[in-house]
Amino acid sequence: MSEVRFTDQHEWVRVDGDEATVGITKYAAEQLGDVVFVELPEAGRKVGAGGEAAVVESVKAASEVYAPVGGEVTANNPDLTGDPAKVNADPEGEGWFFKLKLADKAEFARLMTKQQYDEFVKGL
Amino acid sequence: MTMNNQGRPTAPGAIELNELPTISGDRGLDHEEPLIFGIGRDGHCGVDLPNVQLSEARLGGQRRRGPIGLPGLSEPEVVRHYVRLSRNNYAIDAGLYPLGSCTMKHNPRLNEKMARLPGFGDLHPLAPQSTTQGALELISELMKWLTTLTGMPAVAMSPKAGAHGELCGLLAIRAAVEARGEKRNRILVPESAHGTNPATAAFAGFTIDEVKGTADGRVDMVELEGKLGPDVAAIMLTNPNTCGLFERDIRHMADATHKAGAYFYCDGANFNAIAGRVRPGDLGIDAMHINLHKTFSTPHGGGGPGAGPVVLSAALAPFAPLPLLVHDANGFRLIEDRAEIKDGAKPFGRMCAFHGQMGMFSRALSYMLSHGRDGVRQASEDAVLSANYILHSLKDVMTAPFGDGPCMHEALFDDGFLEGTGVTTLDFAKAMIDEGYHPMTMYFPLVVHGAMLIEPTESESKESLDRFIHVLREMALEAKAGRKERFEGAPRLAPRRRLDETAAARKPVLRWKKKELPQAAE
Amino acid sequence: MRYHPLTADDRAAMLAKIGVGSVDALFKDVPKEAVVPLSAFDLPDTQGEIEVDRKLTRMAAKNTAAGAAPFFCGAGAYKHHVPAAVDHLIQRSEFLTSYTPYQPEIAQGTLQYMFEFQTQVALLTGMEVANASLYDGSTATTEAVLMAQRITRRPKAILSGGLHPHYAETVETVAGLHGTITRATVTPGKAEDIAALIDNETACIVVQSPDVFGLIRDLKPLAAAAHAKGALLIAVVTEVVSLGLLEAPGFQDADIVACEGQSIGNGLNFGGPYVGLFATKEKYLRQMPGRLCGETVDAAGRRGYVLTLSTREQHIRREKATSNICTNSGLCCLAFTIHLSLLGEEGLTRLARINHAKASALADKLSAVKGVSLVTPAFFNEFTVKLSKPAAEVVDVLAKKGIIAGVPASRLLPHDPSVKDLLIVAATETTTDEDADALTRALAEVL
Repeated sequence: MSEVRFTDQHEWVRVDGDEATVGITKYAAEQLGDVVFVELPEAGRKVGAGGEAAVVESVKAASEVYAPVGGEVTANNPDLTGDPAKVNADPEGEGWFFKLKLADKAEFARLMTKQQYDEFVKGL
Repeated sequence: MTMNNQGRPTAPGAIELNELPTISGDRGLDHEEPLIFGIGRDGHCGVDLPNVQLSEARLGGQRRRGPIGLPGLSEPEVVRHYVRLSRNNYAIDAGLYPLGSCTMKHNPRLNEKMARLPGFGDLHPLAPQSTTQGALELISELMKWLTTLTGMPAVAMSPKAGAHGELCGLLAIRAAVEARGEKRNRILVPESAHGTNPATAAFAGFTIDEVKGTADGRVDMVELEGKLGPDVAAIMLTNPNTCGLFERDIRHMADATHKAGAYFYCDGANFNAIAGRVRPGDLGIDAMHINLHKTFSTPHGGGGPGAGPVVLSAALAPFAPLPLLVHDANGFRLIEDRAEIKDGAKPFGRMCAFHGQMGMFSRALSYMLSHGRDGVRQASEDAVLSANYILHSLKDVMTAPFGDGPCMHEALFDDGFLEGTGVTTLDFAKAMIDEGYHPMTMYFPLVVHGAMLIEPTESESKESLDRFIHVLREMALEAKAGRKERFEGAPRLAPRRRLDETAAARKPVLRWKKKELPQAAE
Repeated sequence: MRYHPLTADDRAAMLAKIGVGSVDALFKDVPKEAVVPLSAFDLPDTQGEIEVDRKLTRMAAKNTAAGAAPFFCGAGAYKHHVPAAVDHLIQRSEFLTSYTPYQPEIAQGTLQYMFEFQTQVALLTGMEVANASLYDGSTATTEAVLMAQRITRRPKAILSGGLHPHYAETVETVAGLHGTITRATVTPGKAEDIAALIDNETACIVVQSPDVFGLIRDLKPLAAAAHAKGALLIAVVTEVVSLGLLEAPGFQDADIVACEGQSIGNGLNFGGPYVGLFATKEKYLRQMPGRLCGETVDAAGRRGYVLTLSTREQHIRREKATSNICTNSGLCCLAFTIHLSLLGEEGLTRLARINHAKASALADKLSAVKGVSLVTPAFFNEFTVKLSKPAAEVVDVLAKKGIIAGVPASRLLPHDPSVKDLLIVAATETTTDEDADALTRALAEVL
């Protein structure tokens, strides 16, 4: 049974066992505008929670994407390199950025639930 | 992720042009012009040159083996092509160009004539110095104008643009810090700064620390003082700032900066508001670049070339880069090497080959001599007066976030007045094109939502300003009245409708390609 | 003041509308003690066109224009004929007095020539992509080194001894902050063994061809040597007309090409403004500095151009930008584009041949003078000769005779006693047989 949590930096993370999948939220994708380029971490790279892991660019903005939880990158989404529009089309599904092997489950538990994140966005 | 809330549509929805297509594809004076590569043909040429015999004996076996792939055209074809292209451009000569922060003022043609005098335009940078005394004299005189107007003791002339000048200033600061035997790696930059400021600081090897602004559009002094410390090399401040406001606390800032052992870098992009009235040297500034292409009207030329000399305080002057210009009994002389230095100066290095943007120097000096000190002051006053006239005339229908007090040479509005209209800053700005105006600077500075920054400069008559104000007022009223059709998808009357920037960035096409690229024959 | 449209009445009416008594009230945020009277400025008052024209014309007359004497200076800036149409076209208001094309709907003129320029530079250099220009050749070379440091994540750059010394100093000043810069030995007329200096820390080697002494270098083995150690080859060209005759650096496997483009379309201007050409391989596109123009369509489906990939640039990326550069060299790049369009394939090829033929003939004449020997065996339009006396002194003596003989190597390398007798001499299509004879005779007299 997988669970999805959110950061106040507008990343989402879904955990299945010890595998975590990371992407940016629908809200973030809308704010960013048309995504034209993503730079993804290579498999094998170790990232800490809150560390810079990827870059997402629209025409007018470039943003760092932070790892919501720490761990070792196991895969990145090969579809995004050729078709970055996927981030806009399905940010919380096919537009995922990378997967990592979760180092510490407690980090995940500290993140916002869907409901908390929706409230958070409403307040922005 | 780091959020950016300034996102805006970059892929316009498809539209159909509801007009009878012409047979030619051209529309009156509006010609569709192909790329030059689609016009030319092989073997033709627009320059008459003899075909000399080639001996390969001295080419070291490096003769080119394949064709380059350039088209051949006669002179009339080339002239027509570029004349047609030019007609798709807006220009200050053709209309008000209210780009805030860019200073699109009149470019006097005398300056063009002076720069083209053979003694300046056809002079080699490494010709014997005895044959370039007039050019060195011109640089020397321009240096006198710049140091006098800024109240600073020295100026480095070689930087080729504003950002290059920033780099020069920061490298002088780095050298001064090192000469004191200190390590200072942090630079404080206000969040309203031009993007070049943090980029330059990083380029020069510093780390950047942002300083927040106050509700009235200035630097937060409390935060600034809190951030000053023994690892701060400098603060970088634009004054007047990018919100078009004068930093009232500037003396205090300078004192606090110096007390902390740091230097005060001022971005001089907005010097045109105060030239002839205020000397940055009196404000405690250590280094400031001057955009000759803004304040002193050398033409912007579609994005350059510029020039960015940097004035320096006594503390930084010894570190100015090579070359240095001196005057002695034998006349003017360029010092191009450290070994020739006698006064203990320690140049941090060299910014570029040769001695800077001479072609811009001659234009700028021509501007200065024409204006005189009184004209320079008048220009600043008229620029500030015109901006305030616009601010005052529009702030009841548009929203001016800092509109309670006077502005300097540019008037800043936000998109508050468009709230709920469905019209965005982008739509509003693009609709100005249909009214015959170039849009103002939009979405900058970043500290204001949906920013619109208007800089009229001193070059507009009152009639021109009144007409501009009338048009913007009516536009604001229409937007509020819900008449979105004027704004949606604007411009309708330009050579092109909105362009698809998303497609351009997703699949970059950065050059024309023949079906088969020329390859070197093996 | 002829440039100020506002009259005293206008100003009064505007102040009245704003509701302040004087313009001073608009400056109320400026500390009072910081406002100075006009008398504080020891500068003249406003003057008419006649006075300004007279003053600057007299100043200009104190200089010896390149076209006014037998003239042989090169070393990074070259005297070429620029067709009259070029200067006419770049002075059109729509080019001269427009800003950076941030509003593409009303800036297609600028954007389209930028696109043409990028294509021309890519074709000339034999590279896949080029940007819309940098300030000049020296800053373009510096940006190339920084880019190589970013791509390879290695700190060290090795500069050929044949790289123009001003370029080397510029690279040291800026790229030296981000890594170490090593200069190879200066070997006039010979290629140094730069490949032997490459190690596993090396980001790039920087090789100019033709080099500052005029020598044509063979880049292909250097590219191979660099690539074998994971380093990049940066090729530098200061005389871009040479590409009309010599193999393009791209076809010799250079990774980045940085050129001074002044020779095409732009006057000498005492050193600036010039135009830096910058080209690279497509795979390094996102590490490239400077402005880029790209093709796209408008909402009605018509072809058009926009500035693109701006997320590399300072105004968006701020401290994470690939460079702090903000402008390009707009009007100089337009002049380059127009001149190269006038020349075309045929014109550039002929122009390059003429340059080489003139220089070759001059080298023969000078070599025949007692006390002169040719140092550079293979060259394009510029070569170095060794004189029997210090070159700087000879140049000064000849300047008094009205001949601008060339650039003494000691002016560029004042610390290197081994070059003090070397004179760098350039000849172009503007050099006449009479000029060449005058130099030959004058050298025979003083040596």
